[in-house]
Amino acid sequence: MENIKKEVLPDGEMVMEDILAKYPPKVAKKRSKSIVPNDSSREQSIQSNVRTVPGIITQRGCCYAGCKGVVLGPTRDIINLTHGPIGCGFFSWLTRRNQTRPGPEGDNYMPYCFSTDMQDDNIVFGGEKKLKEAIQEAYDIFHPKAIGIFATCPVGLIGDDIHAVAREMKEKLGINIFGFSCEGYKGVSQSAGHHIANNQIFKHVVGLDDKRKKGKFLINLLGEYNIGGDAFLIEDLFERCGLTLISTFSGNSSIEQFANCHTADLNLVMCHRSINYVADMLEKKFGIPWMKINFIGANASAVSLRQIGKYFNDKELSRRIEKVIAEEMPAVEEARKEVMPHTKGKLAMIFVGGSRAHHYQGLFAEIGMSTIAAGYEFAHKDDYEGRKVLPDLKVDADSRNIEELVVEKDPERYKPRKSQEELNKLKKAGVRMKEYDGMMPDMVKNSFVIDDISQHETEMLIAKYKPAVFCAGIKEKYTVQKRGVPMKQLHSYDYGGPFAVFKGAVNFYREMDRTINSKVWGLIKPPWDSSPEITATFGSE
Amino acid sequence: MLLRHTPEEIKERKALTVNPAKMCQPIGAMYAALGIHGCMPHSHGSQGCCAYHRSTLTRHYKEPIMAATSSFTEGSSVFGGQANLVQAINNMFTIYNPDIIAVHTTCLSETIGDDVNQICQKARDDGKVPEGKHVIHCNTPSYVGSHITGYSNMLKGIIKYFSKSTGIKKDQMNIISGWVEPSDMKEIKKIAKEMGIKIVLFPDTSDILDAPQTGVHAFYPKGGTTIPELISTGDSKFSLALGEFATDAPAKDLNSKCKVKFKTIDLPIGLSATDRFIVALSNAADVDVPECITEERGRLVDIITDMQQYFYNKRVALFGDPDQLIPLTELLVDLDMKPVYILSGTSGKVFVRRIKEILAESVPNAKVKNGANADLFLLHQWIKNDPVDLIIGNTYGKYIARDEDIPFLRMGFPILDRVGHSYFPTVGYAGAMRVLEKILNLLMDRQDRDSSEESFELVM
Ligand code: SF4
Ligand code: SF4
Repeated sequence: MENIKKEVLPDGEMVMEDILAKYPPKVAKKRSKSIVPNDSSREQSIQSNVRTVPGIITQRGCCYAGCKGVVLGPTRDIINLTHGPIGCGFFSWLTRRNQTRPGPEGDNYMPYCFSTDMQDDNIVFGGEKKLKEAIQEAYDIFHPKAIGIFATCPVGLIGDDIHAVAREMKEKLGINIFGFSCEGYKGVSQSAGHHIANNQIFKHVVGLDDKRKKGKFLINLLGEYNIGGDAFLIEDLFERCGLTLISTFSGNSSIEQFANCHTADLNLVMCHRSINYVADMLEKKFGIPWMKINFIGANASAVSLRQIGKYFNDKELSRRIEKVIAEEMPAVEEARKEVMPHTKGKLAMIFVGGSRAHHYQGLFAEIGMSTIAAGYEFAHKDDYEGRKVLPDLKVDADSRNIEELVVEKDPERYKPRKSQEELNKLKKAGVRMKEYDGMMPDMVKNSFVIDDISQHETEMLIAKYKPAVFCAGIKEKYTVQKRGVPMKQLHSYDYGGPFAVFKGAVNFYREMDRTINSKVWGLIKPPWDSSPEITATFGSE
Repeated sequence: MLLRHTPEEIKERKALTVNPAKMCQPIGAMYAALGIHGCMPHSHGSQGCCAYHRSTLTRHYKEPIMAATSSFTEGSSVFGGQANLVQAINNMFTIYNPDIIAVHTTCLSETIGDDVNQICQKARDDGKVPEGKHVIHCNTPSYVGSHITGYSNMLKGIIKYFSKSTGIKKDQMNIISGWVEPSDMKEIKKIAKEMGIKIVLFPDTSDILDAPQTGVHAFYPKGGTTIPELISTGDSKFSLALGEFATDAPAKDLNSKCKVKFKTIDLPIGLSATDRFIVALSNAADVDVPECITEERGRLVDIITDMQQYFYNKRVALFGDPDQLIPLTELLVDLDMKPVYILSGTSGKVFVRRIKEILAESVPNAKVKNGANADLFLLHQWIKNDPVDLIIGNTYGKYIARDEDIPFLRMGFPILDRVGHSYFPTVGYAGAMRVLEKILNLLMDRQDRDSSEESFELVM
């Protein structure tokens, strides 16, 4: 980060005043708590996981989107049945790029969209009967192992009891059927949906299969959703290191793998936001410790692998890990050298999700780019400020209704993988178990941290800083590019990728070079237009 | 196989929809509202619907889609969304300064029974709507009809708020456009201009959803029907409504509100439907058809003459929205093709009747279905049982096309994986020429790919 010149970042407080000036006073007051000019030398606090102001143009989606789209979407062998009018099911149909490898014979329902397509008489008289019939029909045609029922907004309001229907049909058909009360109005963002999804998987699937897989080092990867094939690269790396992956929540996953995940000896948490509570529950119930890792960026990937090596404390494993890193690094270095002259010193902004806005900062740094503004769409305070804030987090009205599972030690299957003594030793050796410091400490002074950024704030940031690249989602894509500023989608990767681990880093370096330095940015102004330069200028040059 | 669980055997379904061929009302309302100049659509419900609709429209147009939401929480779902909507209206005018806010509902606000009309009035009474600015609304319960119904309902809302009759007729006619692309709306305006007819086209998404790259993001691009134009629709001499499903009801409303006589015809897709469109225009405005249009028609017929052997008897499966499918089926018949499967998720009895009429002689056994459980799963099963030479529909058809190795023409909404639809029309004679070109390319590429070396043709 040393390559940002001081004068590039104007005083944060002043910029903030400008941003807030356009808001009605009440809105300005509320938003001011979610916009923080960063200064990690001080105690900082950001408001997050709160309601979006109505009428503000937000990036956020709903609870259903988080539940069905994010968490269960990537699981291939379950029929995900949306109980509701047609829209919700239609719009979550194949739009999230989770890749999967079912093999030639395996079940794969991901290319399908299943819906009860509720009509007005279902809204008036209730939709349970139609739901039951739909489950029966799905069973008769497809004979799936499992069916998940996803509630949309009207379902909760008209009082359909999807869980009772699930129990009844499970009994009748003898397959696993369970429901998700993920009505869109619950919580304040997709995050509530992640929680509901994970809870139900934990209740209805985890622990159903005790068979321990062969292998010496059994791990789960939590919070990796295999966008654009990220998980495939990670899986390949694990295999070459000699690590046995039991299950991924939930990229390239199957229900069977979830059922078996409690047999692993270590949980790796990738996206802290969407899954840290599952890691906690697996530890409490089964005694599996967890560590936060990050497979975005070559450096972060190497660090993460070495941490895993230290955790298992096995010479052969560590040797193999080093070998794999050594094999991967030359290509990374070569690509870095190649793009560095085109990217060094340029500025990035990242506003996505619940972890990527943090993870991708390291990847940008590897090619000399600095992230001067970042924020999450639906993360919580701990994702910004670190887990140290957890004990003081207050539960507000919107979170209260999202179930917190009470988990206890499993009477038979709880088995601490490491004794307290061993854990202490690991800590001394620099292995950070169950820790996460969040995004803010990693960001430079006067950079901006903004939670749930609005369209207006996006425009202001771009106007003020003219970043070399702005990263967000599809809804922001063209508002940014119409300003002559390159935009990279970091939800869908713009249908490119994968960007995880070493090979992904190489892809990303080259992708950034292309994105930022494409000829098109110089073609916007016609030769006969003599008005002053309004196309992209790169802030740090 | 992508759709590996789709069996050949067709079991009747009553409750389960698999791979739908329709969307919900609000996205249609949002699209229609985007065709009004200076208008910001607003989704009265929880955030998800708005995010989904914006995302889908964005992916289809590769353009900014600006729309806001009432961001319902559990509390608003219990106590009603009045406070959210009033606050949203105030915020939108303050921050984004639209001329019009077009509110539509979602299944959430409909289920709890929010009275949006009354809430909008409250916003006005409370002084949240600045002088000269407007809030309009329509109801779009997603559990009734489809995205087409929502589009139609927004048009009705627009008429209700804006159309006025001064008692003095203007020398102009209205064209109420069904759901077509900005390129199509441009083409309709071009045709009217060539005929020397002054029209008010609404909605009109051209110059909004096909905005040029200039280095400046115009929050409200220059296109769209303007407020004075909308007001003047009440004084027009006549309305031509294009596409019965989307525009018949709005045209009726305008007639009963402002006494503007109307005629509802098909969207001018293909030769015969464009012929009817031109005749209707010429009759309504009492003008002759100019030479340039006759020539354009002649060019279209020339392509058919030259290439008709490649169309002849080819079996086609098509899915999408009724207003497109009806004239498109007719075009295929004009080309001597065989539309054997025609399917739409949008309900309405007229659909089957019209299609059957069109196919009565050429394909009497065609399978035609719309409404409940008319979905792509069923279409795929039909195809598995008796294959086709070509599939026409929105992007979701590509999964069937790939599994069954069938040429695939993207037409309809949404098209998520190609560009062109927003720039090149499919309406009018020029549009039909483009459709023909695309069909020919697909069929002839297939012949080139599949023919044996000895029968590989240089000239076709
Ligand atoms: S909740 Fe209703 S309005 Fe929203 S996307 Fe779903 S079907 Fe459409
Ligand atoms: S932060 Fe990213 S990885 Fe985590 S749930 Fe979100 S989109 Fe997915």
